Amino acid sequence: MKHYDVAILGAGPAGLAAARVATGTVVLIDDNPQPGGQIWRGAPQIPVPAHVDFLPQTKVFDAQPGFTLQTVPHGPIRAAKLILATGARELFFPFPGWTEPNVFGAGGLQALVKSGKPIQNQRVLIAGSGPLLLAVAATLKKAGANIVGIAEQAPLGRIVPFLLRYPAKLPQAIALRASLLGVPYWTNTWVTRFSNGTATLNNGRTLNIDHLATGFGLVPNTEIAQLLGCRLDDGFVVVDSHGQTTVPGVYCAGEPTGIGGLDKALAEGAGQPYNGAFVRDLAQAFALNPALYDLAEPATLICRCETVTKAECQPYREWRDAKLQTRCGMGACQGRLCGPITQRLFGWTPSSVRPPLVPVPARYLATAQTPPAPESGRSENAPPAHR
Amino acid sequence: MTDVVIVGAGIVGAACAYELAQAGATVELLDPNIPGSGATAAGMGHLVDLDDDLSRYSVNLWHQLAPQLPKQAEFWNCGTLWIAANDAEMEEARRKPGVELLDAKQLYEAEPHLRPGLAGGAVAKGDAVVYAPVATRWLLEQAKAKVTRRAVTSLDEIQAGAVICATGAMTAKLLPELPIRPRKGHLAITDRYPGLVQHQLVELGYMTSAQGESNESVAFNVQPRPTGQLLIGSSRQYNVETTEIDPPILDRMLTRAFELLPVLRDCNVIRTWTGFRASTPDKIPLIGHLRGNLYLATGHEGLGVTTSLGTAKILAAEILRRPSPLPPAPYRPERFQT
Repeated sequence: MKHYDVAILGAGPAGLAAARVATGTVVLIDDNPQPGGQIWRGAPQIPVPAHVDFLPQTKVFDAQPGFTLQTVPHGPIRAAKLILATGARELFFPFPGWTEPNVFGAGGLQALVKSGKPIQNQRVLIAGSGPLLLAVAATLKKAGANIVGIAEQAPLGRIVPFLLRYPAKLPQAIALRASLLGVPYWTNTWVTRFSNGTATLNNGRTLNIDHLATGFGLVPNTEIAQLLGCRLDDGFVVVDSHGQTTVPGVYCAGEPTGIGGLDKALAEGAGQPYNGAFVRDLAQAFALNPALYDLAEPATLICRCETVTKAECQPYREWRDAKLQTRCGMGACQGRLCGPITQRLFGWTPSSVRPPLVPVPARYLATAQTPPAPESGRSENAPPAHR
Repeated sequence: MTDVVIVGAGIVGAACAYELAQAGATVELLDPNIPGSGATAAGMGHLVDLDDDLSRYSVNLWHQLAPQLPKQAEFWNCGTLWIAANDAEMEEARRKPGVELLDAKQLYEAEPHLRPGLAGGAVAKGDAVVYAPVATRWLLEQAKAKVTRRAVTSLDEIQAGAVICATGAMTAKLLPELPIRPRKGHLAITDRYPGLVQHQLVELGYMTSAQGESNESVAFNVQPRPTGQLLIGSSRQYNVETTEIDPPILDRMLTRAFELLPVLRDCNVIRTWTGFRASTPDKIPLIGHLRGNLYLATGHEGLGVTTSLGTAKILAAEILRRPSPLPPAPYRPERFQT
């Protein structure tokens, strides 16, 4: 088993900033093929330092005290110190039509376009909440998309004071606006329905589009921290001024400690505390309008993996009960998509996490105690899982 | 006063509630947790005839109930395929009553992904699978039973015509004088691979693991779910109380599964968990009167879902002083009282 002084989980801005200052033997693990995370995707502004072992396309499915990480495909990896820079994922929110094929996660569509998906001259509506919508719009516009508009659910009256309070962010915002010249930005606006290429907005307007990209904010990836027993507060990992969690030897940086974006990730990755007020103000400025909670209709899917509708979920007061009776949250994504939705819609408490954190070939669980045999030649591959 | 209070709202308690309510009794269930969330949810829901009166009778009862069950209970008459690895096990297969024997060629036609070199098998066509948490909820709804979320610490304090203890492995805590021991099991479930496996697959050696007293054993037992997912078992451990996965046991269990069904090595596992069976020394459940107004319906080891319906019939007959559908003596708790 490989043994390191430091293992950094996540090669986004926080992880790369941590790698730059980490000493001793260091391993940097990420499940993407390239470093950079979601923000820098494949074009990191901090290179992977020469002294760091970088393991791309590597999934961590278990973390045990001491610390042992169980990974695919590298098997167990030991490290004396862990830095969790696991980032965040998009928050999806159900409305009638949200599961249609040409509806994408905003970040997801951005990633697809960056990796070559043709978007030229296609009509795209970007809807949801938060600064990410602008960044996505900029990427898509640059790739030739026809952005018909950006629908931001937050009211202008909350966004402007936020920008004024953080003048340092203003140049960034202005630059984005400049790159989006001519693209309408509608505040207090959201999609109430999407059907057969037509999006209906809450102001009654309808738009014919090729793609709908939605993103309602970010959900921190805290599963590994939870597995290790780190304390969470309101869904975020609690850290001290050095970034150490409540578990000695486990550090955390970037979005999992509070959604704050690039500057926060870079600071925390380098071991410096970041202004907590910014995180709170950002969350407040783009807090979701409760009207969004009522968009889903009885037949609207809540759990996509197990095709469970809102009507099927509604009788249950607890997620455990709903899981047992409807299988909501029991599919391959293990509740990562529907968990944050059901928490908001039904007030269900997210369930505890347990290994495997991600679907893993069974052979990796059978060799949890001993390193897996090297992949020798051709293995008998299972047919692809059916979705 | 309620006629009958049932402690434990798993499948056995729910089946008792259903049976007694059909006879006109008012029933209340007490459980600190969500109905059907203990061993009922942890187990496979394999409805298996193990060549004894109770399991055979109960599997028949499941078939009678099946047309009424909601779709979400996923009753599926997939049958059990008992796998014979060698000639000695093939002899054992031949001794099983009411099965269809398969030679090696027929075995691989039935289940092409089994490892080469096996002798054959026996298909028990009447066996089925059910999603037990939904069946439990349905039985409770049919019984119109009141379910109260409450932890019971003393059975003797409950005021009712009859009190049924249906607490599975928790019985060891409530009635420590009974010879019931928790027996931990592990399960894993895969992503969806429709058609990969057609029958509940069990190695004939499974009975050695289930009926034996070994402190720790594993046996090959794989179930296809109607979703195309595969449940992978099984393990048995005494003297462990923690609910966490034991990696060495999971390792042994999966390794055994790969030996017989190599394709599993590359199937994605999406979840693993554990649960506790209620094991008695003779591996026969405790069904019947214990003392005062207290009756038992517990100690079902790995057969609680299968034999819940038969258990309820036997116990209801005793409480209502009606003729028993099966001779009740083998199940009476008094066999352990000296």
